[in-house]
Amino acid sequence: MIEIRFHGRGGQGAVTAANILVMAAYKVGLWGQAFPFFGAERRGAPVKAFARLSKSRVRVRSMIRHPDVVVVLDPKLPEIVDVYSGIKDGGTVVMNTPGKFKGPKGLRYYLVNATKIALDHGLVLAGWPLVNTAILGALARAIDLPIEAVKKAITEYLGPKVGPKNAEAAEQAFREVVIVE
Amino acid sequence: MAVRPLTGNYAVAWGARLSRVKVVAAYPITPQTTIVEKLAQFIESGEMDAKMIRVESEHSALAATFGAAAGGVRAFTATSSHGLMYMHEMLWWTAGARIPVVMAVATRTMGPPWNIWTDHSDIMGQRDTGWLVMMAEHNQEVLDMTIQMFKITEDPRVFLPGIVGLDAFILSHTTEPVDIPEQELVDSFLPPRRQPYVFKAGDPLIMGNIPSSLEENMKMRWDIHRSMEEAKKVIQKVDAEWERLTGRGYGGLTECYRCSDAQYLVAGIGAWVGDMREAVDYLREEFGVKIGVLKVRFVRPFPREDILKWASSVKAIAVFDRSVSPGSAGPLFLDIAAHLMASGTMLPIKDLLAGLTGVDVTYEDIANALLRFVSEVEEMGTVKQPIEWYFGR
Repeated sequence: MIEIRFHGRGGQGAVTAANILVMAAYKVGLWGQAFPFFGAERRGAPVKAFARLSKSRVRVRSMIRHPDVVVVLDPKLPEIVDVYSGIKDGGTVVMNTPGKFKGPKGLRYYLVNATKIALDHGLVLAGWPLVNTAILGALARAIDLPIEAVKKAITEYLGPKVGPKNAEAAEQAFREVVIVE
Repeated sequence: MAVRPLTGNYAVAWGARLSRVKVVAAYPITPQTTIVEKLAQFIESGEMDAKMIRVESEHSALAATFGAAAGGVRAFTATSSHGLMYMHEMLWWTAGARIPVVMAVATRTMGPPWNIWTDHSDIMGQRDTGWLVMMAEHNQEVLDMTIQMFKITEDPRVFLPGIVGLDAFILSHTTEPVDIPEQELVDSFLPPRRQPYVFKAGDPLIMGNIPSSLEENMKMRWDIHRSMEEAKKVIQKVDAEWERLTGRGYGGLTECYRCSDAQYLVAGIGAWVGDMREAVDYLREEFGVKIGVLKVRFVRPFPREDILKWASSVKAIAVFDRSVSPGSAGPLFLDIAAHLMASGTMLPIKDLLAGLTGVDVTYEDIANALLRFVSEVEEMGTVKQPIEWYFGR
């Protein structure tokens, strides 16, 4: 089982990303479970969402305390939130970052400029770049999830109007992600 | 059939839609859930041929649902925590009038303080109202039971309303794959609406006045009790029929996981039964403890016969309760203990009060508590503390 924790800000679509991930996983025969951490649901406030992927039905329901993968949608978040809390040794961090990034040692980093990719594809809502689908592309790379399944899930989830350009953003992120050990 | 990722709330909404509910009445503000929001979307888009009645309170929400159902249609509502408490009086009126209604409850704890998290305080407080009360373990079961509950409650042997319970957040807001059955399949499963009588416009009558005979009044209560007993058979039958159609059956009133050789049982209701399964697998593999999970699906009617059967071959039972009757114990523990003792089955039984007010409980927490319970019984033949509060490690 892979346990994933998403860190984002209210309105960035971390919960949507976790839901699309469940859909993509199902397409390749994996069971998925996604759930938000509720509390401060204010727009702009730090939010968390969780996902579990497994070869068989996921039965456990508790919070994820020791994630295998942490996904960070906002490059500024590590300054105010301990995004590495409880991450497993040798764990994976998928980070939206405009350039170089330095985090704690002993983790594997998948760096991608999801904000730029989102802007390039015109994915903006109320002035905010929607980075959640681009970051999913980078996550697919990190957990060996076929990008085709992710693209299909994005299109189905978001519909024919905005789905295709979100799927393209995911594919671009999948290609451009930089792996730093 | 199509498998889609659905939250527990959306699974309920799909269940109501596929059951061809004609009236939904709800108070749309907190603590309402996205169940009603989704139903409003279905109705607005024309995907569901129903009327949405927005009311000013949960008390009125159930009153309107009851009224619509008394008028002869399938009616549905949903609520949670304080909303359910505000409805409480109307639960008695609906059950006492013997009008089948289905309601979903996203189970949440009670204030104070204001708290949005899961426990079973709200739903367990409805045990004595005459409603059937069931708790689901996962979102597929949520959808399937919303449909099944209409068939169960509308059976002439039952004619009582029913609640489908789903743990708030850990089911209601959790997305997982759910198989949405075809409309034709549900149509073939659900018969046309049945109910004991129908209120008709232009044919006024008065109900619920001071009884002329208290004995007859008491017999009405007795009749609800007898119908609950009958409901046990109906629940089994309806579940078996659903299994034939969909391949998904849930064991009727209870399911016992890894119980054939079990020396110990852990009993629970709701979503954390999944964590209990994980804990039991772990205890068997790592510690060789022969333990099984007794999943109690229906709280009312209480599955006395099933529990006696499963308990007959074990040394001791641990019960996890996610609500408490302060000054007594957890309600599931009290029911199980009472019915075991009344039938002459004497064995050590322990109540573990955990996860109240939404405290997160992991399968490791469950396994730890069970390991202590098992070693106590192995050493002393009994439990040191029959009622224990478990606050985590």
